[in-house]
Amino acid sequence: MSASAAPTLTPSLDSVRFATHLSQRSYLPAWWLETKKAAWNQFNALPMPSRTDETWRFSSLSSLDISGFELPEDASQHIPNLSDFPHAAEIIYSNRQLVARSAVPADLVAQGVIFAPLDEALTKHGDLVKKYFQKLPANLGSEKFVALNTAFTGTGSLLYVPKGVEITSPFVVQHTLSGANKAAFPHTIVILEDNAKATLVEFFVSADKSRHLASGVNDLHAGPGAQLTYVGAQNWSADTLAFQTNSIVAERDAKVLSLNVHLGGRQARHESHSRLLGPGAHSEMLALTVATGDHEFDQRTLQTHVSPNTTSNLLYKNALLDTAKTIFSGLIIVEPDAQKTDAYQKNRNLILSDDAEAHSLPGLEIQANDVRCSHGSTSSRIEPEQEFYLQARGIKPEAAKQMLIFAFFEEVLNKLENEALHKSLSTLIESKFKK
Amino acid sequence: MSDTTTLPPTDETTDVNPVGGIDQAVGDFQYKVDYEFDAGTGLSEETVRYISSVKKEAPWILEFRLKALKTFLDKPMPTHWATTDLNNIDFSKIRYYLSQGQKPKRTWDEVPDDIKKTFERLGIPEQERKFLAGVEAQFDSEAAYSNIKDIVSKQGVIFCNSTEALREHPEIFKKFFGKVIPTGDNKFSALNSAVFSGGSFIYVPPGVKVAQPLQAYFRINAENFGQFERTLIIADEGSEVVYMEGCTAPKFSTSTLHSAVVELVALKGAKIQYITVQNWANNVFNLVTKRGVAHEDAEIKWIDCNIGSRLTMKYPGVVLKGKRARGEVISIALANDGQHQDTGAKMIHAADDTTSVIVAKSISVGQGRSTYRGQVHIPKHLKGCKNNTECDALLINSNSRTDTYPAITVRGDTHSVQHEASVSKVNEEQIFYMQQRGLTEAQAMSLAVNGFVNDLVRQFPMEYSVELKRLIDLEMEGSVG
Repeated sequence: MSASAAPTLTPSLDSVRFATHLSQRSYLPAWWLETKKAAWNQFNALPMPSRTDETWRFSSLSSLDISGFELPEDASQHIPNLSDFPHAAEIIYSNRQLVARSAVPADLVAQGVIFAPLDEALTKHGDLVKKYFQKLPANLGSEKFVALNTAFTGTGSLLYVPKGVEITSPFVVQHTLSGANKAAFPHTIVILEDNAKATLVEFFVSADKSRHLASGVNDLHAGPGAQLTYVGAQNWSADTLAFQTNSIVAERDAKVLSLNVHLGGRQARHESHSRLLGPGAHSEMLALTVATGDHEFDQRTLQTHVSPNTTSNLLYKNALLDTAKTIFSGLIIVEPDAQKTDAYQKNRNLILSDDAEAHSLPGLEIQANDVRCSHGSTSSRIEPEQEFYLQARGIKPEAAKQMLIFAFFEEVLNKLENEALHKSLSTLIESKFKK
Repeated sequence: MSDTTTLPPTDETTDVNPVGGIDQAVGDFQYKVDYEFDAGTGLSEETVRYISSVKKEAPWILEFRLKALKTFLDKPMPTHWATTDLNNIDFSKIRYYLSQGQKPKRTWDEVPDDIKKTFERLGIPEQERKFLAGVEAQFDSEAAYSNIKDIVSKQGVIFCNSTEALREHPEIFKKFFGKVIPTGDNKFSALNSAVFSGGSFIYVPPGVKVAQPLQAYFRINAENFGQFERTLIIADEGSEVVYMEGCTAPKFSTSTLHSAVVELVALKGAKIQYITVQNWANNVFNLVTKRGVAHEDAEIKWIDCNIGSRLTMKYPGVVLKGKRARGEVISIALANDGQHQDTGAKMIHAADDTTSVIVAKSISVGQGRSTYRGQVHIPKHLKGCKNNTECDALLINSNSRTDTYPAITVRGDTHSVQHEASVSKVNEEQIFYMQQRGLTEAQAMSLAVNGFVNDLVRQFPMEYSVELKRLIDLEMEGSVG
């Protein structure tokens, strides 16, 4: 490809690289290329987060170094297999190359289900993508990195499920990075029409220990009465700077469950914004983080209740080891019309080391009175009595500790209906402790 | 001094929604007074020099003030996190220092009848009423004041105003003055440091337990209504003191900005309890910095109640500096139409086995907005720290608003920190039950709201809790239907 032909000593995502990226995509719809150009300009115009940005309170800012990264051109030899549970179809990217794709079952295709890589979706279903692409952005502080994603995204997927189609078997998307200073910009769009039901599981992994940059963005849309389950699990290398920004929309009577599992990354920021647009809408926002080393996990959430009679429930659990640092900053907004809102938010930090640091900022902004809202935050260690109990039954201290950590996570994983998926995620989390 | 008339309330305050037929602006009357010392409007180095010279201060205080002025001017408004309503403060239109020089002589008869009625409804004791009406000149209350003063001074307690303290006891106060809350802590503490006048200075010697609460209104000086008062309380080892500052009724508000600094120092094993009932008129920006340092085994408790003002920003804090120190903040806020009560607490743990407790309850009525903002900080290398925070908000009307913004930092695996907040409206079944028993909806609502804060109000001294209940009744009238 042309970009690799130019000898660049300091690889970077500059204007030249952007122009090349754009020219390689001339076959895509004009609106898409315009959107990318606008995003590139926005990325350059927006400042880096600063000390006075409330949305970046407690975050490390000096380490947000996005220079010196490049877009990978060749797929990795090693691609971890993470989808060891029954699934409907799978799309696997490695270093921006579509390396594997399983066909969507014929009966689902017949019903109008679309599960396609982003480029194909733009070519064949451009209007559908256009209708939902970043129409309701998360706006939780990472606008600059979202703009960078839009400018360079080429990998990603569209899952579209028409009215009334219910699919229990999950769809899987995997993004893999390998090689030094490589960057990934995945964008996922899930659209569930009225009363549809589907699950999308997305993995973000590094295949080696190199320095990586990732900025992922999701648009998750559940139409009236739809049931959407989204699981995003990241296990980036210990030298990855990662951003992930999710926008969740639930229309009337829609139910959305999102679970984010954070295992890797030197500094990983995750933003998730749920908008409850129609009466009866519900959003279940879950997250599990295993923070090790000197890594920083920065999670920002927003539950916006726009319509009356909407509910949301957030449970974010962090286990902190070594000198790790976590930040949870959540907000529930109940708009003036959203009477009869029922909203909860809970952040629990299990601090397992004397040098780990947990920040918790659970917030509420309530502008309607007939509501039930509460939040809670706890930061504490493992109960010594529980450890003692297990040890008294002959379980070694280290094993007892691990059991209690897994038990801590189990409350969240139990909310998944799919048992095979539950087991697979448990195994993934356990692997983090086996290093 | 000669020309004393009652001015009608300003237009701004008459717009405020009348509650229960009583226009809240009723308290915003003022007397026309010729001041002997007047620093004029606006803030400059001249203003600061003028204040300092009138007070015949030592050079180090002037220097302190001038440095603070520079800090104030350099610091931006904290609107990146605070409300943009702050931008409506016009610092050039504020009078930073006024003093009659001599004490005003006024009698109870001069107080307008409607004000008297308000006091009556609130059930405020006559002694206090006189003070609150601004008629309590020094000689009027000399007896009561002297009584307290005699008792405490026999124990070696120093209880005087800031000017006097800095002049006569610099050896005690200079050591702690501005140490708990440094000038540059925030823009408004810097402003206070530049133009402060009035406020209490208290020193309690080791082991002395002051039996009666010391009350701000027994301390009489010409600057009673100073908007930039500065209070410093030092409780020496093993001593105990309770301090109450009250404006338990509608207050004079000749200005739109009140910015106080209150510093508490509880040395080893000492206990300080500081009680505030704030009821400024609805055109006052009340931006107050309050913080205490608790040394080993010491205890500081803030009881902070905010009912008045247009915007209050106040987060009483405790720095838990010594082992086993304990800090507590009990906060009650009531925000009615046109009001924003942005209150909370700050707990900075700086030693092992320290404990902090925050209990905050807020009530939003009409379009009122109440905000809890809190910080709990447990830095590294500490062991066995505990914090428990509870925030409950009650929303009365469909357009009432409440926010909660806590920030909790915990480092290490031997601590236990819990934060819980809830938002709800008044229980309809309770209201229905009470109405069944013959109460009007408004009475039922008042009772329910009083019930909501009852467990906190009980911690107040008797007369304050009675007044607070009546104040809530008054605020709740007209809020339903």
